[in-house]
Amino acid sequence: MDNSKKTVNVRQDFAILATQMNQQPLIYLDNAATTQKPQQVIEAIMAYYNTANANVHRGTYTLANNATNQYEQARTTVAKFIQATAEEIIFTRSTTESLNWIAKSYESKLQTGDEIVLTVAEHHSNIVPWQQLAQKTGAVLRFIKLDQTGKVSLTDAQQKITNKTKIVTFAYVSNVLGMRAPILELIKLAHAKNAITVIDGAQAMAHFPIDVMQLDIDFLAFSGHKMYGPTGIGVLYGKKALLEDMEPLQFGGEMIDEVTQDTATWQKIPWKFEAGTPNIAGAIGLAAAIDYLKKIGWQKIISHEQALMQATFKNLKTIPNLIIYGSQVPEDHYGVISFNLADLHPHDIATGLDLAGIAIRAGQHCAQPLMDYLHVLATLRISTSIYNQSSEVRKVAKILKELEAFFKS
Amino acid sequence: MTLLKLEQLYKQVVLEHAQNPHNQGQLVMPTAQIRLKNPTCGDVIELQVMIENKIITNIKFTGHGCTISQASASMLTNTVKGLEIKTAQKVITNFLAKISGQVITQADNQQLKDAAVLSSIAQFPTRIKCATLAWHGLAEILENEGK
Repeated sequence: MDNSKKTVNVRQDFAILATQMNQQPLIYLDNAATTQKPQQVIEAIMAYYNTANANVHRGTYTLANNATNQYEQARTTVAKFIQATAEEIIFTRSTTESLNWIAKSYESKLQTGDEIVLTVAEHHSNIVPWQQLAQKTGAVLRFIKLDQTGKVSLTDAQQKITNKTKIVTFAYVSNVLGMRAPILELIKLAHAKNAITVIDGAQAMAHFPIDVMQLDIDFLAFSGHKMYGPTGIGVLYGKKALLEDMEPLQFGGEMIDEVTQDTATWQKIPWKFEAGTPNIAGAIGLAAAIDYLKKIGWQKIISHEQALMQATFKNLKTIPNLIIYGSQVPEDHYGVISFNLADLHPHDIATGLDLAGIAIRAGQHCAQPLMDYLHVLATLRISTSIYNQSSEVRKVAKILKELEAFFKS
Repeated sequence: MTLLKLEQLYKQVVLEHAQNPHNQGQLVMPTAQIRLKNPTCGDVIELQVMIENKIITNIKFTGHGCTISQASASMLTNTVKGLEIKTAQKVITNFLAKISGQVITQADNQQLKDAAVLSSIAQFPTRIKCATLAWHGLAEILENEGK
């Protein structure tokens, strides 16, 4: 498939793909954990440090103004990427930090008996902050089930989202099953009960476009490093009115308007949330990653990844004792596929793959409640991206067969 | 080539211990027990010991996990059963030294019994946690007993 029109070849942009792991060509298939970074992103960060480094929103000199402009330009790039306005984009450290901020800021808004609805397929980072919020406010967590195929059950969602519901939160794409939640329907159900919606976009952003206006998302959290950007930069999108209604969570420089010995007033959004010197290079790197995705184009990204997922399914299906979790339809998987091989432990298999130069994830994927729900102890997970090729998944299948024979003999 | 390297880690004796673990099960009246978890992979080992007059008179384990963690727990029980607390502590220290790549004496090596073969893990740093889970657990129990 590598030469067909359906696929893109961007491998030359990623220097790391030409390296070796355990004396074998690196096959990197842990993109749901973090993607590799293209030269364009690395160069943008380097160029910033080499030519424009200064603190933002402070200096009166031209260099500081350049840094501020680049940082705010990055915010605009992010805003356009999801059809928001720049003031609705807060730079954070990560998806996790974004989700924690929202959960923390709702401590003063929830009370005993209120309900927070999530799904059983959440990553720990979209469970634990809500557990903390529930413990502090007396609110109750309710979990929407999955149906037989691993899809979030709308029938169950209708039962769980009630007049008591104040927050509905879920991953747009599951980091274990790779399946998309029925976002439009869930948001409609939430809004019909006047609940706010918090979307964990970590696994979605690199795979298809997201329009927060069209989907009517209240809050969206995502990370730069899972979409070809650097680590240490994340985004919290919130509707303007909701952000204005939120109190800052950190205090210090940059976020203040006026300070006396005893009091202070805050800047407007988004700056009232960004205390201290922000991750300027990270924001610029993230904007470069967005430009990179735009340059390739969603159509090509989507068709490449779909062709790759089909190839992954086709190759894995040649192994009789291999079980794929969730949907058995390749088109339902957005870059992620979890599976187990016979009764072999995922860590043993992952070590064998590692020796063959193949990086895939084995374990619980920060989703212990989902593992319990699926009645598995752990799984193997392949997660793909725009630089992976069908020849790589073919090699994975070949090695898996060898490993099964090795451990069964 | 891959399989050759794999054989260094998964030696026959390791596979045998994993497939037919020794001392698997529960004690009726343990004097101490501990539940261990490796949160990244979900491996769980529950270790139960019977200590009488400062001697480990019995030890059993239950749990689930990868080949290495199960084999290692099985080997541990074989190695320390019947030992005095102090001797067992010394054996654990030697084991941890050996699998982190340090050289230990011939006599210390013999005392490790089957567990000595796990030293090949030193070349597989991502799996050291699997091999040491049960050993760290017993070390914790013995430290409390010694107090």
